[in-house]
Amino acid sequence: MDIRQQVRDFLTQRFANVIVSEDNFRDQQSFTIRVDGLFDLCQALYDSDLDIKYLADITSVDWYGDTEEANGRFQVIYNLYSLKFQYRFFLKVRLPADKPEIQSLTPLWNGANWLEREVWDLMGIVFIGHPDLTKILTPDDLEGHPLRRDFPLTYEVPQFSWNKDAPPEVIK
Amino acid sequence: MPEAKTVTLNMGPQHPSTHGVLRVEVELDGETVVKARPVIGYLHTGIEKTMESKLYYKAIPCTDRMDYLAPMSNNLGFCLAVEKLMEIEVPEKVKWARVCLTELTRIASHLVWLGTHALDIGAMSMLLYTFRERELIIDVYEACAGQRMMSTYFRIGGLAHELPRDFEKKIRTILKVIPERMKDYEALLTNNQIFINRTKGVAVISADDAINWSLSGPMLRGSGVKHDLRKANPYSAYEKFDFEIATGTNGDAYDRYLLRLKEIRQSLRIVQQALDGMPEGPYRAHVPGVVLPPKEDVLHKMESMIFHFKIITEGFKAPKGQVYQAIEAPKGELGFFISSDGSNKPNRVRVRPPSFINLAALPALVEGRLFADVVVAIGSIDIVLGEVDR
Repeated sequence: MDIRQQVRDFLTQRFANVIVSEDNFRDQQSFTIRVDGLFDLCQALYDSDLDIKYLADITSVDWYGDTEEANGRFQVIYNLYSLKFQYRFFLKVRLPADKPEIQSLTPLWNGANWLEREVWDLMGIVFIGHPDLTKILTPDDLEGHPLRRDFPLTYEVPQFSWNKDAPPEVIK
Repeated sequence: MPEAKTVTLNMGPQHPSTHGVLRVEVELDGETVVKARPVIGYLHTGIEKTMESKLYYKAIPCTDRMDYLAPMSNNLGFCLAVEKLMEIEVPEKVKWARVCLTELTRIASHLVWLGTHALDIGAMSMLLYTFRERELIIDVYEACAGQRMMSTYFRIGGLAHELPRDFEKKIRTILKVIPERMKDYEALLTNNQIFINRTKGVAVISADDAINWSLSGPMLRGSGVKHDLRKANPYSAYEKFDFEIATGTNGDAYDRYLLRLKEIRQSLRIVQQALDGMPEGPYRAHVPGVVLPPKEDVLHKMESMIFHFKIITEGFKAPKGQVYQAIEAPKGELGFFISSDGSNKPNRVRVRPPSFINLAALPALVEGRLFADVVVAIGSIDIVLGEVDR
């Protein structure tokens, strides 16, 4: 039995109420799951014979202003990899705009620490139970989360000797 | 007043051994590191955000600027991701040329690593030698793309230009020179007692820990995990090449040094095979409206000119969906995640930066060890701050 089917069977048998849908766009298996079942599901995958011991990446998408926004504005994507089967699949979670909170995976994976910090810093998604959820990339005095779609892409005029007294001009 | 037992020392961001602008807050008890906390973000330029606002073609130059020591690998990762999204099959020759160039990039990146790592430890002459050999590879970039560092040579569906006329000659020279020079490096370092004392048993990470910290590339293989995306999930015709995955055993800085030297040798093997078996064919796929037509056609055929104009001005519309493509970059798993909302610009581009994730494990490598080992640990992770901060 191929690994794709094994993952599907494992998840649909044990977590039927957590899985919302499955998608195989461009031959990549991904499951949309409910936010409350994430940690238990990852724990089960970690302990299972599927040997999902490698968390390759955590990322996020903002669907602000898109038709997709109706399903929840934010999307957090977990990129899991099985070194034994050399197989990659994705878990996707939708979060509402007013309460972007999700369980942290740091108890399972040390590697999740910085990845979650980055998602928090750039997208503003709160990871509950994270030991050190602080800014990682943006300056301390920056307000907001730059990767959100409603955060404007701006350009600040560089200061030289001839304009050093003028207030910094920000072009939106 | 209670007496302070530990001293907090700030290392960087201008410290030369931090390879750029990395700051490490180190808490010391005497010479022993109690706690280390890397502080990053000094080079954050919002490349992911910038790429969201650009057409797919125009996002390619952003990729070289992340890991500037391995520009071709970054180009390859992004182009493969877009090709996956658009379902473009590139000609065989393009695949082979890309393999050839990315493997040269790996050699160049490892050479810079070797020079700077040895410099950190005190073997100053290495830097001069490795940069001398790197120059040969930079010359190939220049011949291909006209640029020495930010080559931006790959395009979606192919290459920017035909391979240069002296491509083969230049690379044959490299294949001849570098194995000879590698003997010199090994003579200088491999049995050098000072080098061994500084690196053996230092910055150790076990295989289980390496996996748990999501490490990749030489950091993972140095601990004995035989995982290489070129073999595990081949892309760009890597399945047709014969090479071995180099692994270490102890997971220390010395093993990673040996491993990277082995990787250079394996890369030379792949380059050799790619040159010998380079197929003939076009340098770009023929997908009207998506892949830029060859420049000769643009100048002589009306239809090609129209497509060229349309692609440059308004781009192409990608289907709605999310793709992820990972490649084995010199520093580890470099992944590009593209989320498309059906328009001509990506809704989100995420780079899985190998340096960033490998650097996260720095506390695990140095805590409980001597302060001088922090320098060795940072060096052996092989970070490029341009990629860590993006």
